[in-house]
Amino acid sequence: MTRRAPSARRRSLAGITAAVCATLLASACTGTNSGGGQDGSASGQDVTITFWHGWSQDNEVKAINDNVAAFEKLHPNIHVKVVGNIADDKAQQALRAGGPDAPDVVSSFSTDNVGKFCSSHVWADLAPMLAKDGVDPAKTFPAAMLKYSQYQGNQCSLPLLGDAYGLFYNKTAFAAAGITAPPRTFGEFAEDAAKLTVTDGDSYKQLGFMPNYHGYETAIAHYLGQYGSTYFGPDGKSDIATDPTVAAALGWQKQLVDRLGGFDKLEKYRTSFGDEFSAKNPFTTGQVAMSLDGEWRTASLAEDKPDFEWATAPFPVPDDQASTYGRGYQTGTIVGIANGSRKQTAAWTFVKYLTTDTDAVVSFANAIHNVPSTLAALDSPKLEADPNFRTFVDIAKNPNSSTTPASVNGGAYQVSLQNLSFRVESGEQGDLKAGLTATAKEIDDAVNQAK
Amino acid sequence: MTTVIPTLPPALRRKRRRERARTLAFLSPWLIGFGFFFLYPLLSTVYFSFTHYDGYLAPVFSGFRNWDFVFTKYPPFWQGLGNTLWLVAVMVTLRVAFGLGVGLLVTKVKTGSGFFRTAFYLPYLAPPVAATMAFAFLLNPGTGPVNHLLGEIGLPQPGWFTDPSWSKPALTMLAMWGIGDLMVIFMAALLDVPREQYEAAELDGASAPQRFRFVTLPNIAPIVVFAVVTGVIQAMQYYTQAIVAGKVASGVIGGSGQQFESGYPHGSTWTLPQMVYNLGFQHYDYGSACVVALILFALTMAFTSILLRRRSGFLTED
Repeated sequence: MTRRAPSARRRSLAGITAAVCATLLASACTGTNSGGGQDGSASGQDVTITFWHGWSQDNEVKAINDNVAAFEKLHPNIHVKVVGNIADDKAQQALRAGGPDAPDVVSSFSTDNVGKFCSSHVWADLAPMLAKDGVDPAKTFPAAMLKYSQYQGNQCSLPLLGDAYGLFYNKTAFAAAGITAPPRTFGEFAEDAAKLTVTDGDSYKQLGFMPNYHGYETAIAHYLGQYGSTYFGPDGKSDIATDPTVAAALGWQKQLVDRLGGFDKLEKYRTSFGDEFSAKNPFTTGQVAMSLDGEWRTASLAEDKPDFEWATAPFPVPDDQASTYGRGYQTGTIVGIANGSRKQTAAWTFVKYLTTDTDAVVSFANAIHNVPSTLAALDSPKLEADPNFRTFVDIAKNPNSSTTPASVNGGAYQVSLQNLSFRVESGEQGDLKAGLTATAKEIDDAVNQAK
Repeated sequence: MTTVIPTLPPALRRKRRRERARTLAFLSPWLIGFGFFFLYPLLSTVYFSFTHYDGYLAPVFSGFRNWDFVFTKYPPFWQGLGNTLWLVAVMVTLRVAFGLGVGLLVTKVKTGSGFFRTAFYLPYLAPPVAATMAFAFLLNPGTGPVNHLLGEIGLPQPGWFTDPSWSKPALTMLAMWGIGDLMVIFMAALLDVPREQYEAAELDGASAPQRFRFVTLPNIAPIVVFAVVTGVIQAMQYYTQAIVAGKVASGVIGGSGQQFESGYPHGSTWTLPQMVYNLGFQHYDYGSACVVALILFALTMAFTSILLRRRSGFLTED
């Protein structure tokens, strides 16, 4: 009797191992599958859909639950199982895995992920559903909000309330400095910021404005919202090195940093600020006299009751774009339907209600103090908007308001630009043009890699 | 060519089969764990590193595209690699030296040794996130008590976690503060050194440094190597403290138009494990994330192998 040599047995073992590994690896590589719309809800059949959202605070959860209850009253055969406090990472994994417990409708706080949701088709394209029901997105949603909810023509999400950014200013400090009206251009703004700054040794008693990119909402993207920068050209490549507004924004911010005391001094003062989303916010405490912030701050200030008078206005615009005053950066929550959902008819009925029913949008906006996300809701008389909140409603309606566009690799292009902006403000990157060219290449390489 | 080997008697073959089965049965818990938690993930990582995979659609074979991207088109890679190697070289060295020093101290101190042992061990029990937040508070350049104290005595006040040239030293200080684990290990090793060797050295006229060099160190050498090897592995996996310190010091919550900058400030605390997370879960580029993970694995294996090889050489000499 002969036996095979050990080497031959090892080869067999290696073959079996490889086959097992290949099977295991293949089993890990599940793709997304397409769902369907024939769930019977249109003909009155009872259907239960699952809705995942990220809201977690009591008033927010109550608001969304009230909205869902109102929907179920209108559509008694569609039941919504609500799951809250869900982060994008978890939703993504559930959508990828699919199965009966996966969500049918998902909302996300980050518009940066829209590019991935759309390009991977993990969220269904809503264009056919919008067309079927005669909803014209361009006539329904503000332009900036529509832009951040689609990627290369794929409308895989819709806006569900929004955020708009504007200027908060300390009226008491303005009066003390002899300033009678909020600035409208960056030139006026820099003058006012300097006038409002009161130094205290190597620090400040009051800073007119914290321009540093880590000064909470003073991110480069929020400044660029005032310039209407596009980030990507028609060919899909980064245009930050060729769009003059980007260099202008970086240059203007650097000038303001230097004028108000220099990067190091400002950065040290910044570290004395309390948490952004607390009563220790530097605008609330009076540490800064002007702040670039979102509409939600109006509710916080009303609650925190600082010991000075405050008001809001659109954030200033570059001097050479004075006619666009009133614009601002916009972002918001998005909602979409899982491509793998087998209940897309019911899911669409729900999404359409959440995003296009004026009363639903207005009541939700009133409850959580966000900007409504449809043109009709922005004009609704039911919208509770005092003059300070009205500023942000007007910014949302302004056709010049802009946003950061969806990209196939999420917000990676913003990180690259941010990293450059940090080096510019600190003086580490002196050659702005070279920095922008290198960063544009970095962005293009990363986008190509993701495609 | 087939090699012919003599046939074994049936009884012996059965006995050998039983022995193999028994051995495998005893080994099976480890084999199953090894297969599922090490071999399968490792092979998957190798496989995905050669694919274009966004986490949603099925992976597509892309050859060396991810490797080319990481090495030639992704500048943050080299900064992350440099920071990780800095942490391995500086943080591990200082942690081992400080741990050994504290171990010596607490074994020598006669009065209040219990207090010192507790005082040095307690910080180790603090969860990494809480400890890092506490350090970020203490070292806050604007409001922290450390800089206040330094200012009072006329010393420079560094920016600590907000200054790229001080952020890694600040993280190293945090690592040294939580030295309790090493202290206990060194303390046990130091107490195990035979007293008679010290007595003999003293009779020979050896000074304290000489006794440490020629008696203590050879006796605790295996423990030092263990501390260095585990320290290198920890440093290569350094993630939580760097992320938390960066997030707290930068003040950025993150959101659309305002991305959190991993590695704050200026990428100075950006490490390879953070890169794996960012590439995979923020850029949706699982292929490139797998490439970085494999580089991390290869570096860890290389460092560990070199250190263990040196250890065996040392022990042979001993």
